[in-house]
Amino acid sequence: MTNPAFRLNGTTVDLTASDPTESLLRWLNRRASHGTKEGCADGDCGACTIALIESGAGGQRRFRAVNSCLLPVGSVSGRDIVTVEHLADADDLHPVQQAMVECSGSQCGYCTPGFVMSLFAGFSNGELDDHTTEGNLCRCTGYAPIRRATDQLRSCKSGSDRFSSMLTAPALDIAEVIGGRYFQPLTLAAAIDLKRRHSHAHWIAGATDLGVELSRGRRRDETFIALDRIDELKHIKIDSDGVTIGAGVALSAVESELGTTIPALGEMLRWFAARQVKNRATFGGNLGTASPIGDLLPILLALDGEIHLHGSRGARVVAAQDFFIDYRKTARSDDELIVAVRLPLSPHRSATYKVAKRQSDDISIVAAVFAMSLDEDRRVQHVRLAYGGVAAIPKRASATEGWLLGRTLDAPTIEQAARLLAGEFTPMSDHRASADYRRALVVNLFARFVAEHFA
Amino acid sequence: MSRRQIDRHESAIGHVSGRAVYTDEQHAPTGMLSVWPVQSPHAHARIVSIDADRARRMPGVHAVLTDTDIPGENDTGPIVHDEPLIPANRVQFHGQAVAWVVADDETTAKAAAAAVNVGYEALPACLDIADAIANANFHCPPAQVQRGDASTALSKATHCLDGELDIGGQDHFYLETQASWAQVDSEGLLQVTSSTQHPTETQAIVARVLGLPSNRVVCRSLRMGGGFGGKETQANPYAAIAALAAHVTRRPVRIKLARGIDMQMTGKRHPFFARYEVGFDQHGMLQAMKVALFADGGWSVDLSPPVLMRAMVHVDNSYYCPNVEITGLIAKTNLPSNTAFRGFGGPQGMLVGEEIIDRIARHLGLPPETVRERNFYREAESPPRNITPYGQTIRDNPIPELWAQLKTGSDFDARRIEVATFNASHAHTKRGIAITPVKFGISFNKVEYNQAGALVHIYTDGSVQLNHGGTEMGQGLHSKMLAVASRTLGISVDRIQIMVTSTDKVPNTSATAASSGSDLNGQAVKAACETLLSRLAEVAAGLLECRVGEVVFADDQVHASSSSKQSLAFADVVQAAYSARISLSATGYYRTPGLSWDAQTGKGQPFYYFACGAAVSEVEICGYTGVHRLLRVDILHDVGDSLVEAIDRGQIEGGFVQGMGWLTCEELRWSDSGKLLTDAPSTYKIPTNGEVPKDFRVDLFKCAQKPEAQVIFGSKAVGEPPLMLAMSVREALREAVSAFGDARQIALASPATPEAIFNAIGKVRAFGPSAVMTPERVGAP
Repeated sequence: MTNPAFRLNGTTVDLTASDPTESLLRWLNRRASHGTKEGCADGDCGACTIALIESGAGGQRRFRAVNSCLLPVGSVSGRDIVTVEHLADADDLHPVQQAMVECSGSQCGYCTPGFVMSLFAGFSNGELDDHTTEGNLCRCTGYAPIRRATDQLRSCKSGSDRFSSMLTAPALDIAEVIGGRYFQPLTLAAAIDLKRRHSHAHWIAGATDLGVELSRGRRRDETFIALDRIDELKHIKIDSDGVTIGAGVALSAVESELGTTIPALGEMLRWFAARQVKNRATFGGNLGTASPIGDLLPILLALDGEIHLHGSRGARVVAAQDFFIDYRKTARSDDELIVAVRLPLSPHRSATYKVAKRQSDDISIVAAVFAMSLDEDRRVQHVRLAYGGVAAIPKRASATEGWLLGRTLDAPTIEQAARLLAGEFTPMSDHRASADYRRALVVNLFARFVAEHFA
Repeated sequence: MSRRQIDRHESAIGHVSGRAVYTDEQHAPTGMLSVWPVQSPHAHARIVSIDADRARRMPGVHAVLTDTDIPGENDTGPIVHDEPLIPANRVQFHGQAVAWVVADDETTAKAAAAAVNVGYEALPACLDIADAIANANFHCPPAQVQRGDASTALSKATHCLDGELDIGGQDHFYLETQASWAQVDSEGLLQVTSSTQHPTETQAIVARVLGLPSNRVVCRSLRMGGGFGGKETQANPYAAIAALAAHVTRRPVRIKLARGIDMQMTGKRHPFFARYEVGFDQHGMLQAMKVALFADGGWSVDLSPPVLMRAMVHVDNSYYCPNVEITGLIAKTNLPSNTAFRGFGGPQGMLVGEEIIDRIARHLGLPPETVRERNFYREAESPPRNITPYGQTIRDNPIPELWAQLKTGSDFDARRIEVATFNASHAHTKRGIAITPVKFGISFNKVEYNQAGALVHIYTDGSVQLNHGGTEMGQGLHSKMLAVASRTLGISVDRIQIMVTSTDKVPNTSATAASSGSDLNGQAVKAACETLLSRLAEVAAGLLECRVGEVVFADDQVHASSSSKQSLAFADVVQAAYSARISLSATGYYRTPGLSWDAQTGKGQPFYYFACGAAVSEVEICGYTGVHRLLRVDILHDVGDSLVEAIDRGQIEGGFVQGMGWLTCEELRWSDSGKLLTDAPSTYKIPTNGEVPKDFRVDLFKCAQKPEAQVIFGSKAVGEPPLMLAMSVREALREAVSAFGDARQIALASPATPEAIFNAIGKVRAFGPSAVMTPERVGAP
C-alpha cells in the first residue's frame, strides 16, 4: 500500500499523519509556509492560489491554478504542488514575478502571491488574458497594472525550465486512503464498492462547495470518497447527436472543449465562477450539491440533458427535468454516483443569461437558459425556459412553455407570455435581490432572448 | 539589484516572491497561543450570565477572558470613552465579543468558545438611521457649518428643489484581516506587533486597558495587507485583546480575525442619509443650500465626529455657494461602530453635492457638466468666488484648467454626441457619459494631528537606517520616504534601510491617514536628513578645504560646488565625522503651518491645500436587467511633482476602482435582527478585474505655476482624493438611465446595483406595448 504523500515544490512530503480534511492552505501556514495567504478561506479571493499539476484524461500534465483553501489535504495526495516561494530561482525572479514588479502590480502585496500563481499557470499553459486572474481579488491596485503585466507576459515565450520538466516527471502513486477516512478510488467500480462498504461516506468531487464547509471547520470528522482521480469520469465524448461530459471533467476543460460546440454552455461557464474554481469544479459536483442557484442546472433543463447515474444496483439515466425534486434534493439515491451528463446537440436557438450583483464571479440573482424554435410561420415548435434562483430548485416555466407551444410568436403572444411568466414563480427576497426584481428578470430575460434571437 | 533612485514599491520583490512578512507570519515564538471570540447573537441585549467553566476545563484552553480580567480601564474609545473592550453587562451589536477564549491554537479556542454559555435578555435594537432619527438616538450634539443666510436666500431663489439621498456603507475588505500578536518581554514590557495604521494609539490603548504607562508598551507595525482607514482605530481592540491575553497567560498570544468575524465586528464606511434644499437661478447658479447629514455611527462614537465634519466640509466639492447651512448628526445604532475609510466622510458629502448639482441640471434641462462648470470656485472674479462655507480661501485652484484639459483630452463633447446617436438607435441599451471634479482638503481637521517625526541613523560604513512615524499599508509611503531621504542626503536608495514603524523609535505619532502620510513624514525625514547633512558638511568642508555652504552631496559623493575635481565618498565623510566625534543620528520634526479649526463654529483654515482631479466615465446599461458595463474612463489628477510616479498612478487607479465598488457592486445588507448578511466575499462583492474598463486612461496634471503650499518636494497628497473620481461612474449611470425616458429627475440609489439601476429606469421609462417588465408592472401581472 502506498503511503500518502505529495510533492511540494519538487520535494516529496509524507501525509500519513495528516488530517485529510484540513485545507492545504492551513497545512502550509501551520508549517510556517506563509507565502500562500489566507484572504477569506472561502474560495472567493484567490490570495491562497497555488498551482497543481493536473493530468488530463489523455495523460497530458499541465499546471492548474487552484484555491488552496478549498483543497482538502486528502486531495493533494499523489500530486505535484507549486507555491509562490518556489517560483523564483534564488534571486532570479520568474517571468511572471518580473512582470508584476515592472508593472507595479503590487501595493500592499497580500493578494500578490495569488495573482502570481494564477499568472504562472496561465503563462505555463499559454492562457493569458483577463480571465487568468478573474478569481483573484485585489483591493489596492484597481487591477490596471496587473492587466499590464498580463499583457506584457503574453508576448514573452515560456521556454523549457524546471517547471516544464516537472510536467514530464512521472507522477507519484496515489494512496488508496488518507487518514483512514479519505478514500481515493481510481475506478468507478472501486468507488461504488467503497460506498457499499462505507455507506456513511460522502462523495467529494472538486470540493469547491464542500471545501467551504471544511474550511470553516464543519464536517471535518466525516468520511469521504474522492472522485477526482477516476479517469473514467474525465472523458468528453462528442458524437453526431450529442455530447457526453464525464462528471469529473473540470469545468475549465468543459469550457475550452465545448464552449463553441454548445454556445449556451460556453456562455454560462464564462460567468460561472473564477478560473481557480472552474479548475476543480465539475458537472457532477454542481449537480450533486444541487443548489437552486447552481448555474449549470438550467442548462441541462433547457437543453433536455440527461444525467447518467451508477450505483450498486447498476446504471440508469434520469432526464434533467426529473432530477431535481426539492431544495438540494435530487433523484439520485445516496449510493449512486453521477458519472456523466449528456446534452443533445440541439437544433434550437438557445441562449444563456446570468444576472448578478457583480457580473464576474458572483452567485446568480437569476440565471436563465432558453431554447426555442419557430416554424416558417413563426409558430413556436419547441420551447424550453429554464431558470435558476427563482425557486427551491432550478426549474422550467412549464405553464408558459405549454401556452407558447404552437402559437405564433408575435407581439401579443410575447406580451401574454410575459404575463404568464410573471406569475409562474414566487421567488424570494434576500441579500442578493428582491423578489420583485427576480420576477421582473424572469420576464425580461425572456423578452431579451426573443428580441436578440427572434426579432 | 542596485538602485540609485526608487521608481516602484520598495517591497515589490518581497510581494511577488511571497517573502514579504506580515504581522501574523513572523515565526511564532515558543508557546504562542491563539484566541477566538464568543459572539453575541443579539444586536442589543443585557448580559445576564456567562458560564465559561466547561470551556476553561477543555484541554488546551488557557483562559476565557471577560471584562473582569481587565486590570486597567475597560475602554478602547479613541475620542470618547464609550467603547468597552469586553462588555460587562450589555452587548450593543450583533457579533460583539462578550468573551475571548485563549487556547493552544485557533481550532481549540473556537471549540471552547462554542462551549461558553451566555445568558442574554434581548433589548430593543436600533438598526438604521431612520430608526435613530425617529427615536432621536444620536451620539454627540449636532454639528454645523454655515455661511450667509440660507433660509432667506432659499425663499428668494428663482428655483427651489428639495430631496433626500441614502448612501450605503462599504466594508474595507483589506486582504489581510485584523491581526496582532503580543508578548511580555524580559523587562515586563508589553511588546505588541499590530497591523495598525496608528501604532501610537494602539500603544496608548493597550496601556490604558492594562493600566500601564505608555513607556511600558511598545507597538510595532510591519507592512499591512491593506488598511484604507479600517486599521486607523479598529486595530486597537484586537491588539488590546492579544495584549490582555499575554498579560493574563504570560505567554505570547496572536490574533487574526477570520474574514467573517472581521466583517461582522469591524466598522465600515459610514452609511449616510441626507436631506437637502437648494435654491438656484435660471442659469443653474447656486444661491443657497440647506443640507442635513446623518451619519450612521454604529454603537460607539469611534471617529464619527471628524468623519461627519469632513463630510460637511466636502458637500461643496468644487462649487461655490454663497448661502450655506449644513447640519450634521451621528445616528447611534446597534451596528458595528463605523469608522475611517479612505475619504473619511468626504465621499459621502461630495456625493450629496453632486446629487444636488444633477437635480439642478435636469430641472433646468441643462447638461450636468455645464452646471458643474458654471458653479466652480474661481479666484479672479468679483465678488470673489473662492471662499469655502467654512471660511477658507481656496488658493492655487487648478480645477477650471484641469477640467478644460480633461474635456479636451477625453474628447468629451464629441463622445457626448456619439452617445446620443447610439441611444437613438437602441431601445433597450443606453449609454451615458459624465465628467465630475474632485477637490479634497488635505490635513487632519484636528490641527494637533498635523505633526510628524523621524529618526535617522548613519552608520560608519555610510549605510543609513530610516525611521519615521508613518505606517506602510501598500500605499507606498516607505518608498516615498526612501525617495525623500535619498534625494536629501544625495545617496542612492540601496544605502538606506527603511525600518518597521515602532513607537520606541518615533513617539507620539499621528495615524497614517487623511492622505497626509508622505506630506507630514516626508518633511520630518527631510528635516532629520538636513540636520545630519549640516553636521557632515562641516566635516566635508574641512576635508575639501571649502566653505560649508559650498559642500554638495550628490550621487553618493561629496564635493565643493566651486570645484568638482576633488570628490569624497559619502562613506568616507561619515567615517571622518565619526572620528571627529560628530553625532550621526538625528531626529526630524514637522508641523504643518497656518492651520486653524474651530469645530464648534465650523470655521477656520483646516486644510493646508486641496488635492484635485477630474474624471470622465462612459457606461452602457441594459434596460432588461439594469446591468451596466463601464466602457471607458479618463482621469486627469493633480499630484504635483510626483515623488514616485508609479506609486501615485497606482493610488489613482486603485482609489478609483475602490470608489467605483462603493458606488456600484458593494452592498452591505443586514437581517431584520441586525446580523450582517454580507460577511464574506461570496456575498459582499468588491470589484474584480472584470469590472475595470478595458479603456482606462490616467494622466497626471501638469500645472503651469508653482503652488503656494510648500509640500514635500512639490508633491501632493494622493491617498484618498482619487476615490471620489468614481462619482463620474454614478453620474454616467444616471445619464444613461435618463436616456430611457424624459426625466426631470433621476432617482438612483447608492450603491447603483443592477437592481437599483433597474428601478431607476422603471421610474423614467414610458409605458409601451413592449413585454418589458418595469418594477411597477411586477406587482400587477
